[in-house]
Amino acid sequence: MSNDLQIILAGSFVATACGLLGCYLILRKMAMVGDAISHAVLPGIVLAFLFTGSRDSVTMVIGAGIIGVLTTFLIEFFHKKGKLQTDASIGVTFTWLFAIGVILISVFAGKVDLDQDCVLYGEIAYVPIDLWITDAGTVMGPRVLYISGTVLLIILVFIATGYKELFLTTFDPAYATAVGISTVLWHYLLMGAVSITTVASFESVGAILVVALLIAPPATAYLLTEDLFKMMVLTTIIGVLVSVSGYYLAVATDGSIAGAMATMAGLFFGLAFLFSPTEGYLVKKFRKEKAVMH
Amino acid sequence: MITQVENPIVEIHDLTVSYDKKPVLWDVDLSLPKGHLIGIIGPNGAGKSTLIKSVMGLIPNSSGYIKLFDQDLSKVRGRISYVPQRETVDWDFPASVIDVVLMGRYGKLGLFKRPRKADIEVAMDCLRKVDMEAFKDRQISQLSGGQQQRVFLARALAQQADLYFMDEPFAGVDAATEKTIIKLLREMTERGNTVIVVHHDLQSVPQYFDWVIMLNMRLVASGPTESTFTSEILQETYGGKLTLLSEVGNLLKQGRFPSREQTEVKN
Amino acid sequence: METFLDFFSFSDPNVRYVVLGSILITASSAIVGSFTFLKKKALVGDAVAHAVLPGVCLSFILYGEKNPLVLIIGAFTTGWIALTLIDFISSKSKIKEDTAIGLILSVFFGIGIFLLTIIQKSGNAAQSGLDQFLFGKAASLVGSDLITFGLVAVLLLVAVYLFFKEFTLISFDKDFAASVGLPIRAMELILTTLTVLAVVVGIQAVGVVLMAAMLITPAAAARFWTEKIKVMIWLAAIFGAFSGISGAYISYVAPSMPTGPWIVIVISSIAFFSFFFAPGRGIIQRLLTQKRIKKHIVDENILKALYQLGEEEKNFFDKRTIETILSKRTLRRDLLIKSLKRLKREGYLKHSDGLWFFTTEGKNKGQRVVKLHRLWEVYLIQYLRIAPDHVHDDADTIEHVLTPELEARLEKLLNYPSTDPHKSEIPYE
Ligand SMILES: Nc1ncnc2c1ncn2[C@@H]1O[C@H](COP(=O)(O)OP(=O)(O)O)[C@@H](O)[C@H]1O
Ligand SMILES: [Mg+2]
Repeated sequence: MSNDLQIILAGSFVATACGLLGCYLILRKMAMVGDAISHAVLPGIVLAFLFTGSRDSVTMVIGAGIIGVLTTFLIEFFHKKGKLQTDASIGVTFTWLFAIGVILISVFAGKVDLDQDCVLYGEIAYVPIDLWITDAGTVMGPRVLYISGTVLLIILVFIATGYKELFLTTFDPAYATAVGISTVLWHYLLMGAVSITTVASFESVGAILVVALLIAPPATAYLLTEDLFKMMVLTTIIGVLVSVSGYYLAVATDGSIAGAMATMAGLFFGLAFLFSPTEGYLVKKFRKEKAVMH
Repeated sequence: MITQVENPIVEIHDLTVSYDKKPVLWDVDLSLPKGHLIGIIGPNGAGKSTLIKSVMGLIPNSSGYIKLFDQDLSKVRGRISYVPQRETVDWDFPASVIDVVLMGRYGKLGLFKRPRKADIEVAMDCLRKVDMEAFKDRQISQLSGGQQQRVFLARALAQQADLYFMDEPFAGVDAATEKTIIKLLREMTERGNTVIVVHHDLQSVPQYFDWVIMLNMRLVASGPTESTFTSEILQETYGGKLTLLSEVGNLLKQGRFPSREQTEVKN
Repeated sequence: METFLDFFSFSDPNVRYVVLGSILITASSAIVGSFTFLKKKALVGDAVAHAVLPGVCLSFILYGEKNPLVLIIGAFTTGWIALTLIDFISSKSKIKEDTAIGLILSVFFGIGIFLLTIIQKSGNAAQSGLDQFLFGKAASLVGSDLITFGLVAVLLLVAVYLFFKEFTLISFDKDFAASVGLPIRAMELILTTLTVLAVVVGIQAVGVVLMAAMLITPAAAARFWTEKIKVMIWLAAIFGAFSGISGAYISYVAPSMPTGPWIVIVISSIAFFSFFFAPGRGIIQRLLTQKRIKKHIVDENILKALYQLGEEEKNFFDKRTIETILSKRTLRRDLLIKSLKRLKREGYLKHSDGLWFFTTEGKNKGQRVVKLHRLWEVYLIQYLRIAPDHVHDDADTIEHVLTPELEARLEKLLNYPSTDPHKSEIPYE
């Protein structure tokens, strides 16, 4: 596999996993909770690094996953018990955890192989040289591909098995409860999945740009279709397109790949917003004018 | 004024429901007979939706208990169906009509299982009953208010329950559809099902329902329509608000008093 | 300690600049943030903060050096565009506001990072330090930077001072503000402009990524201490300023540390302290209140039980054993004893030879509880049509809640009934 292809593949895995979960986040009006989780897992990542001394440990995913769920819990705690409005509760919680993460990185700069650049925009460019070598010395290929591939698989299995439950608890939580499906359980399962995915994507695209992949492709797909399943398929396609076009944009300009991916994700959204056959702003406007003329 | 029945299908015992410690329903105590079309009547904010939600276990009770089919809710969920108010969901949601109706089968399917052919047939059958068969693959965002309501109704029918709770199923529905739906509900009750409907239009109450529950923060009356739906009781239901009661409610909220005396652990 | 003295003696003019600058910057973002907080638009500020990054980078690319004024203009422009886009997207399509915020936030930031990395690789020496916009660096604020940002901050404060009344009204109740003829659109426009400006100066201290904390957290903390908007804003400003000075100090002693995150840690600690310990709204205080109420209810119930015993035996001041009281009111023995002691301390009961009995105050208080209980039962039956055998439980709660004012109204409403539904006499003074 060429280096280009490896990077694009890693980007596509990450974008797809994020996008699929993002579909549910935006439909649940929880986009900003996704944003909060992606920031808040940072201290978990740094601590896991510090204790295990390596990147590819399952501990890291689990540890950060727990912190992600804890973040959701904290947000709800301040909201319910502290009577703090939700938006403020989100803002206070994630900035605090993220700040702790950045400080930990500075304090343990020598011991943790992580820096602020990685936090901000990941290191997807290094995918081809960061190889997984077994204890026996066999070179297995790019480590990140394994991680993001595994997480994508987990997400696919999660959504495939829980499709019906996720669908119903998202569309009509009261009815879901009435027919005996636990909204709380599925809420936390989804938040756990988002945490795992943001942690796994962190190395590739950083803590903040992962938000672009969580939100922009599903938001674009949302404007293009009115069917949840098609929305997820479209999200996947857009995710891959974002990865490919972002990569070549970055190569052409010598900029950050993750930054270029976010830029392209924004561009695709803009196109859909203006030109979507059903929802496009210009399309609707044009139709209206035509209707007036007749 | 509150007629209690033998072998009730729904029994509500001293139910108080609060939001944030402020009771919005006080001490509701009633029982309902099987096989009737029952209307819940009361002004806006009377607590009609709250009563249904509490029966469905969607909000916790401050005190009191509810028995359905003489059992706890958890044991009989499969026999109960619920139609929420239409505005409670986001109709921009990417789903088609049949998707939504199939949700009615989810409770019976259990975890991880996909709807089977038989489920789809039931769903189609229910769509037919509400005259929405032709819209099967239509996206829900493209439906009119009345059509959305019928989809919700079909979803409830697809549950094949014995007891139905419907929150304002006629809101935003045209007169013809309302007639169709009422006819359908009548047929259901004739087959022995019980249908409980929150209703707004006082004109049609005597014509539609054979039992009414009159509600305004408290239960004003519950009983057969002829004897219960009187101008005197209407006056009481829609007349003056019980200001003293609301003020006591506010005190409970501000003081954050425990809703009942949970303080004293009995020995 | 020495550095501490060095810093806080302000003998170094640089330190003076930095401290003054940090205070102005953080306090002004906290003040403007208070209004966005009250408008429940806190996260919009987060989006604007992220969105200024591409503006900063673009103006650098166009201008070629780090002139603070030019950077401010660039930041201001993209911040504004972001805000407008959020509104536009959520009003002109089915995309909901939270999605629009997250989308604009992350995409604008992505563009910013993209441009920043291009600049960094371009080899332009002037670019070094541009990345300080990401996490802030209070202590490197010197000379001209500070004058520019300080001036903007002063401008902000003056604007808030002038429009205080209007901002309060539109944050509190937009519809009402419109109904009294305020030019809502113009006011909103000014407030949004100020928000963007606050972000533009605020990122000097904490950086783009954590700017949200500077807008939201001081206001959230302050809200827990007061119900008055003026006090709240003052407090937010003080909390913000304090965290700003702390940040400057940390930058001073540990230049390798990222300033922004430390400022956020300080302000978050203040906020968490407030959430838990603030009087009135704090979580602990509320738990304590609940506990106090529970005790109060137990006490009143015991007085009630003693009164009822007195009624039965036609002697209110008889001495009673603990067993007698327990026979009237089932209660855990240790709770009962604690409560009896409390009541004695408060002068409602007396105690001798293991026997308890009323003082006059105690009898009166017990009598009031009994009266309220019975009045409420009458009310429930007459007004709520509740069956006589169902009213007791509810009255058991409400008897502890009614205020003297409501008591008087209840008596009047029911026309001073002499007995309750169970034919027990209702005792009046
Ligand atoms: N989630 C809630 N939180 C707080 N108060 C609520 C909530 N839902 C309803 N209420 C209040 O409870 C009362 C009863 O509401 P509801 O049951 O919806 O009335 P109805 O359906 O009869 O119009 C109203 O005063 C309403 O304001
Ligand atoms: Mg209602």
